[in-house]
Amino acid sequence: MRYLLALIAGGLFGAGLLISGMTDTTKVQGWLDIFGNWDPTLAFVMGGAIIPMAIAWRLTRVRTPLVGGSFPKPADPKLGRNLIVGSIMFGMGWGLVGLCPGPTIASIGFGGWQNIMFVVAMAVGMALAPYFGRALDARLDAR
Amino acid sequence: MEQDWIMGLIGGLLIGLAGAVYLLGNGRIMGASGIIGGIIDGTGRSAWKERAVFLAALVIVPLLMVPFVTESDTHLTQNPILLILAGLLVGIGTRVANGCTSGHGVCGISRLSQRGIVATIIYIGAGGVTVALLRHALGVI
Repeated sequence: MRYLLALIAGGLFGAGLLISGMTDTTKVQGWLDIFGNWDPTLAFVMGGAIIPMAIAWRLTRVRTPLVGGSFPKPADPKLGRNLIVGSIMFGMGWGLVGLCPGPTIASIGFGGWQNIMFVVAMAVGMALAPYFGRALDARLDAR
Repeated sequence: MEQDWIMGLIGGLLIGLAGAVYLLGNGRIMGASGIIGGIIDGTGRSAWKERAVFLAALVIVPLLMVPFVTESDTHLTQNPILLILAGLLVGIGTRVANGCTSGHGVCGISRLSQRGIVATIIYIGAGGVTVALLRHALGVI
């Protein structure tokens, strides 16, 4: 059951990313291009995605997960420098080529060598992230 | 194209539905960087099968749909330096910030998480500055 639901969720996610145009990097960079030919599509994608999710979060108050267990607790609301530094780095990479983790995985099958190159670099970055996080802590805590 | 926002909205609803299935079904937050990153750095080892199934469907379903959509070109840059630099930044950044567009953006904002909202404002801002500098000031992208 758990795997069937993961299959459905992954498939719906991929279909949504392709249909919405989020695998097209010109649309994503167009959204970020506030001073150029601005493309508002991403706002509709975000808005559309938030509606079912907001309903789902409301339902978590009165139910438990279908497969059992419990829902994730609200994260520690502390903002922290990791959230800020990480988000700045992510935004820079996102702007550079117009890809984020979901769409790049979704276009592995048809995105060509460029997309594969990005996926590999992203995977290397994810493997390095724990070391980067610790180095960041050490440097800032030393002050 | 004028219909872009309609396709965006329909696609967005599907993305939200996917997140709702993953949350209400499996009790998990559908964050792409978390699902991939957890397999890579080993923090998600206990649920790796579930993650692998999710990722397999995420790759296969769009591939099967490509013949039926009018526009599937990713228009991705051919510049290997940009691709590698951007990939590293996205990989490190999303894991250090513990979330990306799906986790912080879709799943975080929809539960009015302060972290999700702040992260989303920051990465959109950083992306906007990057595009403004590299496209309009330097003409690189």
